[in-house]
Amino acid sequence: MLKVRNLWKSFNSDTDFQIDVFEGFNLEIEKNTCTAIIGPNGCGKSTLLNLVSGSLPVDKGKIILNNEDITSLPEEKRALKLGRVHQSPSMGVSPSLTILENLSLANKKGETFSLRGLVKKKNLEMFIQMLQDLDLGLEDKLHTQVKYLSGGQRQSLSLIMAAMKHPDLLLLDEHTAALDPKTSHVVMEKTRELLQKHHITTMMVSHHMGDALKYSQRIIMLDKGKIILDKPSADVSENELLDIYKAKLAERIIA
Amino acid sequence: MNSLIITSLEQGLIFAVLAMGVTITYKILDIADLSVEGTFPLGAFVFAKFAMAGFSPITSSLLAFGYGSLAGLVTALLFVKLKIRPLLAGILTMTMLYSFNLRLNGKANIPLFSLNSLFSDISALVLMVAVVIGIKLLLDAFLKTEIGYLLITTGDNEALVRSLGENSNKYKIIGLMLANGLVALSGSLMAQYQGFVDITMGASIIVVALASIIIGETVSKSSSFLSITTRAIIGAVSYKLIGGIAIDLGMSPTDLRAISAIIVIVFISYNNFSSPFIKSIKKQGGKARVKSKKPLEEL
Repeated sequence: MLKVRNLWKSFNSDTDFQIDVFEGFNLEIEKNTCTAIIGPNGCGKSTLLNLVSGSLPVDKGKIILNNEDITSLPEEKRALKLGRVHQSPSMGVSPSLTILENLSLANKKGETFSLRGLVKKKNLEMFIQMLQDLDLGLEDKLHTQVKYLSGGQRQSLSLIMAAMKHPDLLLLDEHTAALDPKTSHVVMEKTRELLQKHHITTMMVSHHMGDALKYSQRIIMLDKGKIILDKPSADVSENELLDIYKAKLAERIIA
Repeated sequence: MNSLIITSLEQGLIFAVLAMGVTITYKILDIADLSVEGTFPLGAFVFAKFAMAGFSPITSSLLAFGYGSLAGLVTALLFVKLKIRPLLAGILTMTMLYSFNLRLNGKANIPLFSLNSLFSDISALVLMVAVVIGIKLLLDAFLKTEIGYLLITTGDNEALVRSLGENSNKYKIIGLMLANGLVALSGSLMAQYQGFVDITMGASIIVVALASIIIGETVSKSSSFLSITTRAIIGAVSYKLIGGIAIDLGMSPTDLRAISAIIVIVFISYNNFSSPFIKSIKKQGGKARVKSKKPLEEL
């Protein structure tokens, strides 16, 4: 499915402030699984997502998706194979457009955009069904501008927009971190339902150990650009993760 | 007084074309595009050039639109390809256009009284109402198309456009070309209306456009059903009417520019200062709601 081969990435290259995030990093993700990536700040988990999505260029190495080398594809070309939900609820939607208009845009992904009208009646039923599945009452707000929705509602909408065309790989970039705990829980449950229903391969970056374990099949912990733990989620306890985490944080403070 | 109102209406409608153009960059793409200061007179000079060469007023006006779009393309390329900030890109295009406009006919001002214009055979008011309504309907329809929505989304959230597999730069180019085309068309209409072309006719035209847009937003704030094109038209016509009445009441026409700038300052600062206040009230409501929820299980 996704193969990351011998990946190198540094920031502020050739200055005194050079940070080497990845030095020959390798990773393989299997189809139809949800892999959670955790680790302390600066461990490289967000950088990894950005390199996979093409928001950042790699220094060296290969990113292979479904046996196709996508390393040199620009972000918008890669986007046709990927879906991504960002941390900020406003990143995945067009705030001044209505829910219906946002969904109509997401539904055109991968097709040619032309001078035909965007919003089509024939898709209405499908959209309403999607919103009903979310169970947030958004099906009654089709003509509401997205900027008037709550963070949780917007993030749920971002999620169904990102997953609508069943991407080969879905990237969840701490997508519940900006939400309050109750909303975060609702969005995570909706995420699980959606992933299971459509068998979407997912890479989920999270700061939340409990969520990472609960919603993934495989858990990977990064530190300084290296994998320090890689296990099936069912074989790890939250305490085990927290212990490693604390030890790594202590190491940093002492260092 | 009556003739003053009609003149103001006619000029307001000409400026409505300008305001609709600038709305595309300022409101939709969120870019302050200063190249319009060059494309407004460009439209006038291009009209003069082709009208004097014997082209019909319609063809000459359409050519003004075309040249304006090309000028918009220059700004867009400076901005998108050479990564020059939009504000500076606009200033650079405007500066180049100054020389270009002078070179086009070799003169800084040209009388057009002896030439045929769009207004030769038909009342200016009737024609302008038709032109403005026509452009408004076309723009509204365009903004409802797939490409139109991507233009809006480019100003709203570029990341979303890229995530749909589209290059957002393409839509910035389309927006800037369309906007500057309309501004040049407005310049050519103004030249035909006043019967002469002058190199200074674009000076501070951006302030006139912004003042129109801002007035349009404020005048019809209570109604969320008005499209941005309608607001631009209402704004431009109101701006000209207010200006016309002020001059009629004895204000010096040369003071009008300062007044326009002050209108822009007052309305923008009003929006800047009132919204954090409104937001803080909303936020308090939000906090109270979160507080009432159960304590965090995780902590």
